[in-house]
Amino acid sequence: MNNLSVDHLIGIKDLTRQDIELILKTADSFKQVINRPIKKVPSLRDITIANLFFENSTRTKLSFELAEKRLSADVINFAASGSSVKKGETLIDTVNNILAMKVDLVVMRHPNPGAAKFLSERIKARVVNAGDGTHEHPTQALLDAYSIRERHGDDFTGKKVVIVGDITHSRVALSNIFCLQKLGAEVMVCGPTTLIPKHIGELGVKVEHNLRKALEWCDVANMLRIQLERQDIQYFPTLREYSMLFGLDKKLLDSLDKRITIMHPGPINRGVEITSDVADSDQSIILQQVENGVAVRMAVIYLLASKIERN
Amino acid sequence: MEKRTILNSTHFEITLKRLASQLKENHHLFENTVLIGLQPRGIHVLERLKKILEADLKRELTCGQLDITFYRDDFRRREQPIIPSVTNIDFIIENKNVVLIDDVLFSGRTIRSGLDALLAFGRPKKVELLAFIDRRFERHLPIQADYIGKTVDTLSSQRVSVEWKEIEGEDKVVLFTQENKNE
Repeated sequence: MNNLSVDHLIGIKDLTRQDIELILKTADSFKQVINRPIKKVPSLRDITIANLFFENSTRTKLSFELAEKRLSADVINFAASGSSVKKGETLIDTVNNILAMKVDLVVMRHPNPGAAKFLSERIKARVVNAGDGTHEHPTQALLDAYSIRERHGDDFTGKKVVIVGDITHSRVALSNIFCLQKLGAEVMVCGPTTLIPKHIGELGVKVEHNLRKALEWCDVANMLRIQLERQDIQYFPTLREYSMLFGLDKKLLDSLDKRITIMHPGPINRGVEITSDVADSDQSIILQQVENGVAVRMAVIYLLASKIERN
Repeated sequence: MEKRTILNSTHFEITLKRLASQLKENHHLFENTVLIGLQPRGIHVLERLKKILEADLKRELTCGQLDITFYRDDFRRREQPIIPSVTNIDFIIENKNVVLIDDVLFSGRTIRSGLDALLAFGRPKKVELLAFIDRRFERHLPIQADYIGKTVDTLSSQRVSVEWKEIEGEDKVVLFTQENKNE
C-alpha cells in the first residue's frame, strides 16, 4: 500500500507497522531533497496549512514550518499567547475561525491530552498532532525511529532501546514505546520510581531503576528532558540528586563495554539528563534528530495531504 | 489482454547502439555533457547506453538518476500516492549539456516534471531528451524528443512496456491491447 491507513496523525497507537515504514521510506526521499542546493519541491503548492500552537515550542514549530515551506504549502501560524484564546474563545471556535480561511491541514500542539483527537472528529481539515499534553507526540517518535534506523539499519527486530527519565509526564516516551514496539524493537524505561507509571509494564516494556544496568542492556539510549513545568509536586528531592542517579556523563558512557547511541528530543538541560561532553560526543545523534525531523514531517504532511480530496 | 512484441532483442540492441552513436555524434567526448536517467524505468536505458559509450570512448561518463515524484502535476489526482525512487545526482549541472533519458515518451508530463526537478541542481546550458520509445500522437504537452529509439503509433488505451534482460529476463518492447474494453 502506498497510502496511510489513517486520515489524521493523532498518535502512533493508530498507525500500522506498514504506515510507519511508509513514512520512514518517504522521509528518505525528502532527506535527499533537503540536502540539495534547492531544498524545495512544488508538491503542496495548492495546500494551506495552519500551525496552531497552544503551548510553547521552538524546535517542533520551526521544524513543521520548514517542512511545510519546503513542500511549497502556504503556511499560517498561530500562537495562543496574544490571541483570542486568552479572551475566553473555545478551541473549536478558534479553529473554525481559522478554517474559514480555507485551511486544508492543521498542525496542533495543545496542553490537553486528547485535544488533537477531539479536533479531528469535529473539523473537515486533516489534523497532525504536534504534542497533546502528556498523551502523544507522534512526529517525534517517527523522527527518533528514523534516526535509529539511519545509524543501526532497517531491521529493528531485537534492537534494544531504553528511554530514560520522566516517563509519567512524557508524550515522547509513550509515542516512542508504541513506535519502536510496532517496528519490532525491545523497549525499556528507566527512571526514579516516582516518574515511572505504575502499570507501564502492561505495555510490554521492561522497567529498570538502575541507569548503569539499563545502559548495559541497550543499543540506544533516549535521554528525556526533566519537564519541570509539568510537575506540580516534587517527584525527586533535588535536580542534583536526579543527575547523580539518572544523569549520563562521559565517564559512565566510556565505562560501558559497547558503543551505544545517545538520543535526546531536546531541549537539553545540560548537566541534568546528560553532560555536555556526552551531548557533543560522536555517539550522540541529537543534531541528526533535528535534521531528520524536517524530512519526517515532510513525509507525514505529504502522505496526509495526498488524501485530501480536490474540490 | 492482447500482447504483441514490437521490438525483439536483436533490434533492441541495434536500437541502443544507434542511440549511443547519435549521442556520440553530437557530444563527442562528453566532456561537458551529463546523462540523467528518469526514475523508475529510464535508468535502465541510461545504464545500457552508458555501458556502450564507456566501452567505446574508454572513459567514464558523468551520469545521474532523477526522481520526479514530488514535481508531478497529478498530486492528489491519483488514488494512491506514488512511492518516490532515489535521486542520485552528486554533481552540479550548472552550464552543462544535459541529456534526459526515459524509456517511454507518452503524454510528456513526466518530462515536464523532470525539467522542473532538474532546476534544483543548477541551470543547465542545454537540455536534450532521449526516449527509447516515442508514442507519438499521445502528447498532452508540446514536448518532443531529440533522440528516438522507435516511434510507435498507439491508442491511449494501449500500454507499451520496455522490458530488460537484467529485470524481466529478456530485452524486448511489448504492446498491450485491452480486449473487450468497456468505455
